[in-house]
Parts: sequence; C-alpha cells; structure tokens
Amino acid sequence: MSADTTTRAAVAEKETTFYGLVASFDKIDEFLAAVAEVRDAGFSRWDTHTPFVVHGLDAAMGIKPTKLPFVVFGAGLTGCAAGIGLQWFTNAFDYPFMISGKPIFSLPANIPVAFEMTILFSAISALLGMLVFNRLPQLSHPLHSSRLMKRATDDRFLISIEAADPTFDPIKTRELLESLGPLQVEAVEA
Amino acid sequence: MSTSIPVSRAYLDNTTDDPTRRAPLVVGDNDFHSVTEAVCGIPEMPKTPPAWWIAFFISLSLTGVLFAMITYLITTGVGVWGLQVPVAWGWAIVNFVFWVGIGHAGTLISAILFLLRQRWRTSINRFAEGMTIFAVVCAGIFPGIHVGRVWVAYWLAPIPNQMSMWPNFRSPLLWDVFAVGTYATVSLLFWYMGMIPDLATLRDRAKTKVRWFIYGILSLGWRSSNRHWHRFEMAYLLLAALATPLVLSVHSVVSFDFAVSIVPGWHTTIFPPYFVAGAIFSGFAMVVTLVIPTRKFFHLEEIITLRHLESMSKIMLATGMMVGLAYSTEFFIAWYSGNSYEAFTFLNRAFGPYAWAYWIMVSCNVLVPQIFWFKKLRTNIVVLWCASILINVGMWFERFVIVVSSLSRDYLPSSWGYYRPSIVDIMTFVGSFGLFMTLFLLFVRFLPIVGMAEVKGVMPQAHLKDVAVMGHGDYHGDILTEKGKVKA
Repeated sequence: MSADTTTRAAVAEKETTFYGLVASFDKIDEFLAAVAEVRDAGFSRWDTHTPFVVHGLDAAMGIKPTKLPFVVFGAGLTGCAAGIGLQWFTNAFDYPFMISGKPIFSLPANIPVAFEMTILFSAISALLGMLVFNRLPQLSHPLHSSRLMKRATDDRFLISIEAADPTFDPIKTRELLESLGPLQVEAVEA
Repeated sequence: MSTSIPVSRAYLDNTTDDPTRRAPLVVGDNDFHSVTEAVCGIPEMPKTPPAWWIAFFISLSLTGVLFAMITYLITTGVGVWGLQVPVAWGWAIVNFVFWVGIGHAGTLISAILFLLRQRWRTSINRFAEGMTIFAVVCAGIFPGIHVGRVWVAYWLAPIPNQMSMWPNFRSPLLWDVFAVGTYATVSLLFWYMGMIPDLATLRDRAKTKVRWFIYGILSLGWRSSNRHWHRFEMAYLLLAALATPLVLSVHSVVSFDFAVSIVPGWHTTIFPPYFVAGAIFSGFAMVVTLVIPTRKFFHLEEIITLRHLESMSKIMLATGMMVGLAYSTEFFIAWYSGNSYEAFTFLNRAFGPYAWAYWIMVSCNVLVPQIFWFKKLRTNIVVLWCASILINVGMWFERFVIVVSSLSRDYLPSSWGYYRPSIVDIMTFVGSFGLFMTLFLLFVRFLPIVGMAEVKGVMPQAHLKDVAVMGHGDYHGDILTEKGKVKA
C-alpha cells in the first residue's frame, strides 16, 4: 500500500517536471520498425505523430478499431426516425393535409426527407464523434511546446512516450528510443 | 516549385501509361517537405500578388452588383424580372440548378473517387470541395429570392408560423429544401474536417502571433497523433460513404421539382440520372476552368499534374456522352410514347422559337467533349480550358432549355408566350459569379488549396521500400524489424 503510494507520488512528481520523450524519424521503414519495438516493450501511454495516415501503423501500434461506426449508425437511425416523425406529426397529426385525395400519411412521399435527415444526422455525428473520441479541440497540450512536433505536420514521423506510463524510466526509455536509430530524441516539459 | 526549375518541361508530362508501374501523381524532384512548401507558400506569401488584388476587386464589385440587384428586387417586387405567365420559372431557377450542378463535381471527387480508391483525387479534392461550397452558396440565393415575399422565406422550414400551418411534405420543392440544406451542411463538414491536419501544418509554420492564433483555433489543437488519425480516417470514410448517396440524391430531388409536375418536357422518369450526369459534367468543367489558371499562377504544376487534367477530361467525355444519350432518349420517348404533347414539346425545342438555345446546348455538351477522344487535344491545356468554358455555357443552356422552352409552350396555344430576361435577371446572374469568385479567391489566399496530408500519402516516399518482403503490395501485413518478423 505504502509502496504504491510512493510510486504514485513519484509518478506525479515526474509529471510535473516533464511530460515525456519524443523521438523523430524521417524514413517510413525505420519508423514502422521502431514503432513495433516500442509496442513490444509494453508501453501503454505512448503515441506516434505523422504528417499523414501511414498504412500499417495501426497494426504496428496495436490500435483497436474505433467504435465510431456504431455511433454514426445510431445517429443515422435517429435521423431517419426524426425525419419520418416530423412529417407524420406536421402533415398527418397536428394539422392533417388532404391533398389530391392522397392518404394523410403515406411513406413513399416521405422517403426523400427521411433519407436526407438520415444523412444529415450521421454526417454531423461522424465529425462530432471523431472529435469527442479524440478529445479535440484541445488547444493546450505539452506536446505543442516540443520543437520536434513542429515538423510532425510536415515531413517527420514521431514517437512520443509519456512519463506517466508505468513502465517509463527516464534513462532506460531514452536508451531504448536512441537504440532505434532516430534523428533526434527530445525531452518535453509538462 | 522552388526545388527544381529544369530547362525542359517535358518531365511535367506524366500522361504516359506504363503497365509495369503506377504513374507518378506528383512529378519532379519533390519530397514531403517540398510539397508542404509549395502548398503553404500560397497562404504564407508575404505580399499578396497584384493580380490577386485585381481579380478580387472585380469579383467584389460584381458581388456588390448581386446584392444591389437583390435589394432592388426585394424593395420593388418580382416584376423587375422577366417572369411572365406562362413562364413563371425563369433565370432564377435556371441559375439555381446550374450552381447546384457545379457543386456536384466536388463531392464526386472527394467522396465517390475516394470510395473507388482513385488516388489521383488527392491533388484536386480540397480545391473541388471548396468550389462545391461556394457554388452551393450561390445556388441557395436564387430560390430564396425567387419566393417573392422574401421576408416569409422561413415558411419553407417546418417551424410554427402565423398561419398555424405546416409545410407540405408531399411537395418536391420542400424535399429540395432538405436536400440542398443537408448537402450544404455535409459538404462544409467534409471540407473542414479534411482541412484540419493541413491547418495544423499552417499553425506549426506560423511566423506571426496572429497566424498562429487563427490557424491554431481552426486546427482544434490537432497533434497528428496516430490514435487520432485512426478515428479521423474512419470518420472520413464514413463521410465519403454518406456523401456518395447524398450527392446522387440532391440532383435527383432537384429533378423531381420538374419531373413530378405534368408539364410536357418535364414529366419524365429519365430526369434523376440525366440531371446527376449533367451535374457531374458541368462540375468537372468548372473545376478545370478554375484549376488551370490557379496551378499556373501558383506554380502547382508538379502537384496538380497534366495527368489530373487528363483524367478530368476523360470524366467529362464520359458524362458528356451520358448527357447526349439522355437528349436522344428524350426524343425517342417523345416519339415512342405516342403522346402528341410530348412529341410537340421536343420538336418545339429543336425547331421552335428557342431552337437557338437548344443547338447551343447540343453543340457545347455533346459535340465539344468529343475532342477529348484525342490525346493531343485533351492534354493541350489551352484547348482543354476553352472546352471547359464551352461546357459550362452549354450546361447553363441545358437548364434554360428545360425550364423555359417547356413552360413557354404547353397545352393551350392561346397561353403560349416568349420569355425574355430583364437586365436585372442578367445582372443578378453575373453578380452571382462575383460572389463565387470572391469566396474562391479568399479560399485560395488564406487556406491550403491542396490536401497536403493526402497528397503526401500517395507519394512514393510514403511507401515501404522493400514491399516484396511484406508479401503483398498493400503492406497491411506484418511489420519487419531488424531482428526478423514481428507479428502485427
């Protein structure tokens, strides 16, 4: 119990001093191999930063598929129900319209609006869901103060490991990163 | 491009097909950084080029004309237009259909070509999506001011109003409100989401506090994390999959405005596919019209290559042929149906008082694209640009022919008429081009006009060197390390 508290205190102290380590690469091959090594070293609080989607990186990092499609599917169903409900309520329930002797409520005439509402709800949920799952917008983050990070949106491939990770060790982790042949390793302040 | 300016420009031609390798989508001596430099160089120009100011001044003046005309219309009444019964749908509706159609190419490039894995889309998709949004803005104005009493335009929306009545959901005009509204929203979301990583690039390169602040806010704190990219890519795929049926539905719904009525020449089941093909045709023509001068002016020939232009000309050829097929099918059905009103309408289109418009339409939309059969002509930038202008003209006339010629002579000869636009009609349409160009010029000057993150992903440097070891070309397999195979 006391050992656990000490570790936590140590981790908390580490967090206040520095955020973690960042290593940069410029070749995809070397980068992917390094990522697989870091994954196998058993880190959990680490990430990679690339200027574009690197195929094979999800597998190299061991990222599980996102739940986003289920959210979007749910939103689509909601949109469809809202579209049909709106038309039923306005034209068949609240103020029934009798036009050309057609049925007061007929599904075929309601399909276009129901379809558009399905798409509208799903599309909005796809963008918002992506942002919520990614915890964006997050305008302030320790990594934004890293010099190496400036080029992660240009032409560099980065691996970042947080000091808060239980297997993180300031010396050993730096040695591990340096053994992977990066261009540079940088300590990032919290 | 700043990296290399060779004497010969032959290297810019990547239109040759060699079956043993993929044609390069970015030519010249480019790496990731030079692409960033080339694209970010435009919004980061220290001094705005004088040509931009001249173009912007002209566009802004025309925008002023547009709003002056709208003000005149609202304060005076729809009588200032050339509308007269029997032609109660004139240029406003023609312009609406024209502008909505223009937008369709952007969604086609960003969504449908994405699902079809057409990787050449990456150089032009941002540009085309921007064009979509500006075209939809112009399109949205016309039905809005066409309703007559503009101050009650909110009756279009299902919100309680002073009549205690709801809109009629059996009317295609109301479907149109939902279709175009959804289309505008989804196009905007798609455009913005795709731009987030590129805005982050601009933020990270910012030299001034103001740029850092604005691009920083717009990029939402994007830190290129692969855990984020993973969800981003899924959201992008989902949006593409949603936008694909959406774009097909929008012009189908627009065509319902006509097809659901009983006016001869409008009441046909061919309209939805015919309108969608025409929309893509006109949209690609507009992309070509805009992209040729832009790539030249900003030296983007190595990123938006000749091959991209050639691919677009091939799509124009295909969609132009579809449109031509639709024209001939209409004539066939007019004869085959045995309906005398239908037969008269089509003979009237081709040989009646609006025959001039009909033949402009046929020449521009069916004959002009035939030149794209010849590689010499479709890879000649001047020829391609002129052809794209003619196609734009032809597609505007297509909508004019459909709307006006059908209305001007329907069932009763006693109620026939001949529609002429007023000067206000003409100036409003010209002014809408001003609005379109103003938005476009602002976009070009301040935002990344090429999707850098996507272009980098299709460059050879983005691929593993030793693909053979991976077992298959798409390297979704195991990741190698020096020690041997690591299970993915």
